[in-house]
Amino acid sequence: MIIVGELINASRKDISAAIESQDRGVIQEIAQSQIEAGAHYIDVNAGVFVGKEPKYLKWLVETVQSVVDGPCCIDSPDPNAIETALAVHKGTAMINSISLEKDRYDTLLPLVAGTDLKVVALCMSDEGMPETTDDRMRIADKLVNGLLQKNVSIENIYVDPLVQPVSTNKMFGVEFLNAIEQIVTTFKGIHTVCGLSNISFGLPNRPFLNQTFMSMAIAKGLDGAIINPLDKKMMANIIAATALAGKDDFCMQYLQAFRDNRLDV
Amino acid sequence: MIDKSIIEETAEVLIKVNKVRAIEIVKNFINEGGNPLDLMEEGFIPGINATGDLFGRGKLFLPELIQAADIMKEVTDIINEALAGGSDIKKERGTIVVATVQGDVHDIGKCIVVSLMKANGFTVHDLGRDVATDKIIESALAVNADIIGTCALLTTTMPRQKDLEDALKSEGLKDRIKTVVGGAPVTPRWASRIGADGYAKNAQDGIVKIKEFLGIE
Repeated sequence: MIIVGELINASRKDISAAIESQDRGVIQEIAQSQIEAGAHYIDVNAGVFVGKEPKYLKWLVETVQSVVDGPCCIDSPDPNAIETALAVHKGTAMINSISLEKDRYDTLLPLVAGTDLKVVALCMSDEGMPETTDDRMRIADKLVNGLLQKNVSIENIYVDPLVQPVSTNKMFGVEFLNAIEQIVTTFKGIHTVCGLSNISFGLPNRPFLNQTFMSMAIAKGLDGAIINPLDKKMMANIIAATALAGKDDFCMQYLQAFRDNRLDV
Repeated sequence: MIDKSIIEETAEVLIKVNKVRAIEIVKNFINEGGNPLDLMEEGFIPGINATGDLFGRGKLFLPELIQAADIMKEVTDIINEALAGGSDIKKERGTIVVATVQGDVHDIGKCIVVSLMKANGFTVHDLGRDVATDKIIESALAVNADIIGTCALLTTTMPRQKDLEDALKSEGLKDRIKTVVGGAPVTPRWASRIGADGYAKNAQDGIVKIKEFLGIE
């Protein structure tokens, strides 16, 4: 399971304040704690700073990688901001994200073409947000084939089928889960990823729903998650679900987590 | 005056989302010769206000709010039909144009806002998603709107809300039409920075702001 730590996002007040005051310490501490908790990528987002995003995104990458060995997940729709950040990035970054929205597709495709970059392919198009499994498959098919034609290898593609709140339509969870299953069976070697907290929008006790939904998605083949890795219950839940889904040889990851007291939540 | 027990029950059917009983209440009331407008004013409108208030305080949740708005729609339809071309209950409360801004295709939240506005008796023109600034203004003028509500769900599309303010200013429409902005990344600070008249944190908050602007208690 690939974990992308989501905490360094400028839509969070403490992060935008740290970015504005260029407080390296705050950013570094959050980056480090996410890696220690098991994150493989550190998401960096400076989206709220209109006009200054390239500068701040670059600063975030440099700041994070001055204390952390791992790669960043560069979270922006702006090709200029991504390129500026990539110029200072060490290792192989993940780009979050390309979609089938025309402007975004046309500007980001050349940027990832022929590279080893990991790329999140978000199932969203100019026709709107997908509701059914079929909606998602139509978008995923175009995105994946478009990327393959531009020499992005399939194991570098992370399809995000886009989670919608079950509070507004009881079928939104199921349609997402079935899309995960179809994507992993249709495109051999591909990955799937999602930020799934949107599932519980409008409902009480959201962490509980998020954890349960995560287990269900892992059972269907989800192998990437953009989450808060400091959420110990969620992390323990992922370890258990991964073992139960037959993806943990001899349950060794589960046993390791037990010995590290990471299941004790 | 309507019987107090009926008023209490109209609020209760909304809060407990009992659509079947809500329809029964309206039909019985009309069959017994009551004026359905009174039932709306004294029963259902305070009822949906109470529902919205409970939602605002975290006692009711989104699926319940959506159902309550749907009950209001059914009830309003039945009452309008009973009045058969008489005074339409929607007309007195104000007209609102709502859109998700250009470049933005999110619309679940906006649809909830629209249904709650309708439930509160406003005339609502929902222009949909990915709507150009010109189109929003054109439509607002065409229907003589009191308020324009826009929603932006992306930091990249938020600037379209500023475009709208600028266009309204340059066309001298700012004092004729009030604006309310909302959407996940939108903040009160953003609203005041671009010169929007109001910021709505969620659907119910939007109703509160609109009522303020229209001078409705």
